[in-house]
Amino acid sequence: MTTTDATATEKPQPIEKVSIIISKGSLEEIYPGLIMANGARAEGIDANLFFTFFGMDAIHKKRHEHIKVATVGNPGLHIPTWAGGLPGVSGLMTKYMEHQIEAVDIPDIPEFVEMISDTGAGLYACLASVELFGLEKDDLIDEVDDIITVGDFYEMAAGGQIIFT
Amino acid sequence: MTTKTLAGTEVELNDEGFFVDPNQWTEAMATELAEEWDVPVPLTDKHWQVLHFMRSEYFDKGTGPTVRKMGKTSGVSVKELYQLFPKGPAKLAARCAGIPKPRGCI
Repeated sequence: MTTTDATATEKPQPIEKVSIIISKGSLEEIYPGLIMANGARAEGIDANLFFTFFGMDAIHKKRHEHIKVATVGNPGLHIPTWAGGLPGVSGLMTKYMEHQIEAVDIPDIPEFVEMISDTGAGLYACLASVELFGLEKDDLIDEVDDIITVGDFYEMAAGGQIIFT
Repeated sequence: MTTKTLAGTEVELNDEGFFVDPNQWTEAMATELAEEWDVPVPLTDKHWQVLHFMRSEYFDKGTGPTVRKMGKTSGVSVKELYQLFPKGPAKLAARCAGIPKPRGCI
């Protein structure tokens, strides 16, 4: 009984390391992972970012400046799905979101990813996705540390928390 | 709230160890604070540049800057900031500079 009591009053151990996976390529699905990685480093927590599938657009030289808000099948936007599919709506919503993001002093995606790399966080691309999309290391921004397998990822994530977004 | 003696002077700290009144801080306290919070010592000119920036931002705006702001306007890059204050530049520099904890997600 005494042991149980002791455990109950023990302070939870602080998080020391996080491995964050970004797997989707829309603006609203890339930012949360970036914010969490940057926030982890700001708290002195080790952080690694893994980009897989369409999440790799965030580190793709030709695409990272053109990340769009998903306007179809996104109930959070509160516009009818048919309206979200009209030509130009995604671009318009993206412009609007980018404006809001800048207004609260959050960097755009290319700057944010660069800043996260500067904080000492590792940036990794998923080998399976690189092969699937026929990409080369040169297609990815220079801040990417490596292209790795899922096995490498688990090895790297050892001893920390894994966050999938 | 707790009180603590730094460089021979009693100062008030909140529960997280941040200064309650930044006017109680003196430069003589910075090294002691740095040692306590795992900031590499001896403090370099760059550290001091950041500490002075933290204080001037605080007295100007009423709150300490975020890491992004520090990287953009303190004259020390984000990369260097993390070398100077490895366990989190905004929080640690705020601690060493005797200002309250900066709030902000970025």
